[in-house]
Amino acid sequence: MALDKPYKDVPGTTIFDAEQSRKGYHLNQFCVSLMKPENRARFKANERAYLDEWPMTEDQKLAVMSRDLNRCIALGGNIYFLARIGATDGKSFQQMAGSMTGMSEEEYRDMMIAGGRSIEGNRYIGEKK
Amino acid sequence: MARITASVYTSHVPAIGAALDLGKTGEPYWQKVFAGYEFSKQWLKDNTPDVVFLVYNDHATAFSLEMIPTFAIGCAAEFQPADEGWGPRPVPVVQGHPELAAHIAQSVIQDDFDLTIVNRMAVDHGLTVPLSLMCGQPAAWPCPVIPFAVNVVQYPVPSGRRCFNLGRAIRKAVESYDAPLKVQIWGTGGMSHQLQGPRAGLINKEWDNAFLDRLIADPEGLSRMPHIDYVREAGSEGIELVMWLIARGAMSDTLPKVAHRFYHVPASNTAVGHLILENT
Repeated sequence: MALDKPYKDVPGTTIFDAEQSRKGYHLNQFCVSLMKPENRARFKANERAYLDEWPMTEDQKLAVMSRDLNRCIALGGNIYFLARIGATDGKSFQQMAGSMTGMSEEEYRDMMIAGGRSIEGNRYIGEKK
Repeated sequence: MARITASVYTSHVPAIGAALDLGKTGEPYWQKVFAGYEFSKQWLKDNTPDVVFLVYNDHATAFSLEMIPTFAIGCAAEFQPADEGWGPRPVPVVQGHPELAAHIAQSVIQDDFDLTIVNRMAVDHGLTVPLSLMCGQPAAWPCPVIPFAVNVVQYPVPSGRRCFNLGRAIRKAVESYDAPLKVQIWGTGGMSHQLQGPRAGLINKEWDNAFLDRLIADPEGLSRMPHIDYVREAGSEGIELVMWLIARGAMSDTLPKVAHRFYHVPASNTAVGHLILENT
């Protein structure tokens, strides 16, 4: 029987549920490893070699190397785990969040100062803006 | 007997901690946030409890995907501030209250809530930012703190209803403790925010303020709101607000006194909400 997942029709949003967590286990645990300074140094020295130590899919590795956070999330990443990559790169949470929206850093910051992204037109996929 | 005297609700945005730690509190952007806590710092000095029971969530810091408990109660004597990737925050070590924590764990588990007892747990910004907002930058926190971590990272997270009833069980546990302790319960996280995907940056002021109104006046009705309403209306990370219902459920059934209310957009990606409710 299909499980109830009413959040599938929210636009621009991937809910990190048990299914996503299963897909992203190794990707997210790789991110956890970046909490140690020595691992951050090794990752920065040779990203590909470091990623190859993890049983991640090729798609996951490529998404990490290109810093495509939307792709990482689609492949099971969770933003709080992925934030460790941003920390390793010296990025703030706002820079990371903004990078997923197609806006420039400045545009995103200005949108937040002006009150954030409006809920109008952003409740349902396909809803008229 | 111990009793719950008041509850505090606040967002716990990591950038607020960074602003404090890097000495940016005087900048106009941050002034607007910290101004909302001037009253609160004085209030806490005038109403320092014996213990704070602090409901927060871990952000993939103490708990990796190896294991994420739904409800975890910190029963240790102390808790170290975590290194979340930017180095540990320069804040005091958190002193626990093992006797009261163990008592609450015993009582609440017997009331059918399956808490995980934790004795070693680094505490991240979810716990230390609310302490900084309420206490400023002291050499030591003003009282012991019992950390209570709720899973709001990996869905499904506990329902609002379950959180509200858990709060009631915590109230019962505190009231059966044989020492005249004054206990505050803090609920943290929220308000509307989304940190992921093309919808990142979502803020819903109207919804947030309605949430604050209902939290004060109709918490039981509010507790029946389904998860999907939080996600759709307040963003995927807005779900953190279920933790506020734990604190609210621990308050008396009579209408509380609203000592303070504050709302501001933005702090980084997030709407900042803050309430102080006193039992009358």
